[in-house]
Amino acid sequence: MAATSKDQTGSKAGPSVAVGRRVFLGMAALGAAGIVFGAKVQNALTKTVGSGLAGLIPGGNYFRIYSVSDSLPKISDAEYRLEVSGLVDNPRTYTLDDLKALPPTAFVQNFQCVTGWVVTDVHWEGVKLSDLLDRAGVRKGAVALAFESYDGVDTESLTLDQAHLPDVIVAYRMLGAPVTTEHGGPVRLYVGPMFGYKSLKWLSAIRVVDQVVPGYWEQNGYPVNGWRNGSTGPTES
Amino acid sequence: MTAQTEVQPQAVSRILRFDRVQRAAHWANAVLFGILMLTALPLYFSGLSTTIGRRVLVENIHVWTGVVLPVPVVISLLGPWGARMRRDLRRINRWTKDEITWLRSLGWNAPRVVDKFNPGQKLNAIFVGGSIVVMLATGFIMKWFRFFPIGWRTGATFVHDVLAFAIFAVVIGHILFAVTHPASLRSMIKGWVTETWAARHAPGWLREETTDPGP
Repeated sequence: MAATSKDQTGSKAGPSVAVGRRVFLGMAALGAAGIVFGAKVQNALTKTVGSGLAGLIPGGNYFRIYSVSDSLPKISDAEYRLEVSGLVDNPRTYTLDDLKALPPTAFVQNFQCVTGWVVTDVHWEGVKLSDLLDRAGVRKGAVALAFESYDGVDTESLTLDQAHLPDVIVAYRMLGAPVTTEHGGPVRLYVGPMFGYKSLKWLSAIRVVDQVVPGYWEQNGYPVNGWRNGSTGPTES
Repeated sequence: MTAQTEVQPQAVSRILRFDRVQRAAHWANAVLFGILMLTALPLYFSGLSTTIGRRVLVENIHVWTGVVLPVPVVISLLGPWGARMRRDLRRINRWTKDEITWLRSLGWNAPRVVDKFNPGQKLNAIFVGGSIVVMLATGFIMKWFRFFPIGWRTGATFVHDVLAFAIFAVVIGHILFAVTHPASLRSMIKGWVTETWAARHAPGWLREETTDPGP
C-alpha cells in the first residue's frame, strides 16, 4: 500500500473516476436485461434445478396467494356446495362427493399470472365444465356463465364457447393433492387457456346467463377475455 | 490512527455532516423503504399473506408507496435547498484509485485517506439509488402490465423479487452499521459530528471543511 507515490492530499484534488455513475447505470442496465431476458433465465433455472427447488429461489417458480376479500374463506369438504342455475333445464346443487362421482379429467399445465409470475407443470384434476353444463341442459338464448365465489367478492365470466374448451374445469385436486384453502379449495375454477385471474377460487355458484357480465378483475380493468399470449385459442404448455 | 485523535483534546467543536434537507430526505426515504419492505413480506410469502389477509389493501399501500418513493430524493436534489445534497452526490460518484482498489479487493484493502464517505457508504448510497430506479420500473410493469408483453412481465417479476432480497440484505446491514456506530447515526439525526470523529473517520473531509468553509 505504502509503495504507491500518490500524495495524501489526493483525495480531494487527485484523479478520480465516476464509479458511482457506472455502478448506477450498471444496475439499470442489468435491470433492463432482466426484464427482457428474465423469463428465459427463470425458465433455465427451473429446468436445471427442478420446479420444486426453483420455488425456493427468489423470483422463482411458486404461487403467490391472491385474495380479493379480507380473509380466505374456509369451507370444509362436508359443507361445500356448488350451485348450477340460471338458464338451464335442470338446476342443481352439487356436493364435493357429487362432483367426484362425475368422470374426472386430469392434465398438467402452467399457471400463468397476468402480472408475469408463472408456475410450471401444475397438476390439475376435476370435472370438465362442459360436462356440468351438459348435465344442466343449457337453454336457448344462453350466452355466458357468471361465476361466484365463497369469498363474497370475487366474480368471473366466460362465454359458453370458452366454457366448452377441454382444459376448462371445476377442479378439486391440484399439485397432486386436494385443492387447499389458499389455492381456492375445496373446489375452484381452472381456466387453462387464460391468465390466472380467470381461474376463480372458492367456487360457489355457476349461473347460465344471457350476456357476459364482467367479473371482479374485469371491473378493475383486466381484459374480459384473458387469453394467454393474446391469442384467441387455448395454448398448451 | 488513535494518536491522531488524541492530538485535539479541545475538540468539542462540531461540524455539520448532514443539513436539514439531507436528514429529511434520508428519513422520508427510510420510512418509504420501511413501508415497502413490510408490505412486501405478505405479498411474497404465502404463509404471511394467508394470516394477514387484506391483500388488496396491502397491495395498494405497496404500489402507491412505491410511486411516491423517488419524491424525497428528487426534491432534495433539485432546487436551491439541495446544494449540500448535490455536493455529496458528487462525492459519492467520484472514487479515488484507492477506493476502486477497495472495491476490487471486495473491501480488504482499506483506502488510506477517507473523504466524507468511505467507499462502503458510497456503494450503499449508489445501490439505494439504483434500486429505486429498477424497482420502480419493474413494479410499474407488474402493475400496469397491459402495456408490456408477457415475457417482460415475467422478467420484471423476476428482477423485482431478486433485487428485493438484495435490498433486504443491504438495508439490514445498513441498520446494523448505524446502531453499532452511534456517532454516525447521531449525525443523521442531529446533523453534526465532532471534529474528533471527523479526524478519525473522514480526515480528507475534515481538512476540506477547515480550510475552505462552505456555504
